[in-house]
Amino acid sequence: MKALIVGVGRVGSAVAGRLHDEGWEVVVVDESEEALGRLGANWPGEFHLGHGMDTTVLEEAGIADADAFVASTDGDNTNIVIAQIARQRYEIPVVAARILDPARADFYSGRGFDVVSPTKTAIAELSHSVLSSGGS
Amino acid sequence: MFVVVVGGGKVGVSVTRTLLALGHELVLVEQQQPRYERLEEEFQHRAIHGDATEIFVLEQAGLGRPPDIVVAVTGDDEDNIVICQLAREKYGVPKVIARVNDPRNQPHFDLLGISPTVSATSMVLALVEHEVPQHELVHLLELRKENLEIVEVEIKPSSSAAGKKVEDLHLPRTARLISVVRDGRAEIAVGSTELHAGDQVLAILEPGSEDDLKSVLLST
Repeated sequence: MKALIVGVGRVGSAVAGRLHDEGWEVVVVDESEEALGRLGANWPGEFHLGHGMDTTVLEEAGIADADAFVASTDGDNTNIVIAQIARQRYEIPVVAARILDPARADFYSGRGFDVVSPTKTAIAELSHSVLSSGGS
Repeated sequence: MFVVVVGGGKVGVSVTRTLLALGHELVLVEQQQPRYERLEEEFQHRAIHGDATEIFVLEQAGLGRPPDIVVAVTGDDEDNIVICQLAREKYGVPKVIARVNDPRNQPHFDLLGISPTVSATSMVLALVEHEVPQHELVHLLELRKENLEIVEVEIKPSSSAAGKKVEDLHLPRTARLISVVRDGRAEIAVGSTELHAGDQVLAILEPGSEDDLKSVLLST
């Protein structure tokens, strides 16, 4: 199984490592060479330098035969747009996008790709921590 | 009309000024603080500061009413796409107009159904093409949604089509001639219209049939 990950910051690099450990073929794309450093010196997968909106880069990275696509750049709108491209243009069966803004995360839910919102998770968890303490 | 313009660069500001002068109701949204301050001096309460891909900023701009038109002309194509999707699909704005900054992103706007789009780069290229005579076929207009385009071709003295009637040309099935301009006068191209050297012919065709059309009109 092959996964394409666009945006290799803290989150993307860790996801890349984890999928690789589980036996996936992982290809990563990032605008910055520094991303390669985050993957570790012995990163065995492919790395492509470029922007996720650039279909030339995506195609070189093998988007056509990817089984999964992860949009984890630091830009919500970039993730929103490239997730839709991956789903609608390249028909990748599993697409997940990180969307920090809870409002946009809600709006783009249920559109054929998984929306992951760390902010929403934090809000829920923090509220839960306080509310479940039993105080009133 | 009530129009919301997002992006207070040169394009957004000119559009805002012009529409205000025409008596329309305008709101202009700008993300960068220093630029917003300049805009506020000129447009006062009509200028709003914020990221228009944030729902609360859009609502401040009056998207809930909703506007008749939203114009997304920021310098960021992803932002323009998201603004248009939110405007149209969340607020039911009947018409959105988006700027394409990088022509390579045009297919993304098309894929997501964001139309019409305006691209300064593509327009300049089209104008340059129009001025460069070796481009035998000039693209005048792309009807992207309809998958058609309108092109202009000048009949050359050497072209075998010169002296022929339109009905005798073996035009590709995917192309039709619209009109012929000769000595500054235009006429609709019908079957009996005879083509002459120097005629400017307008044709409508499906993208991809340019070479077939060129070979009918220009081959010697």
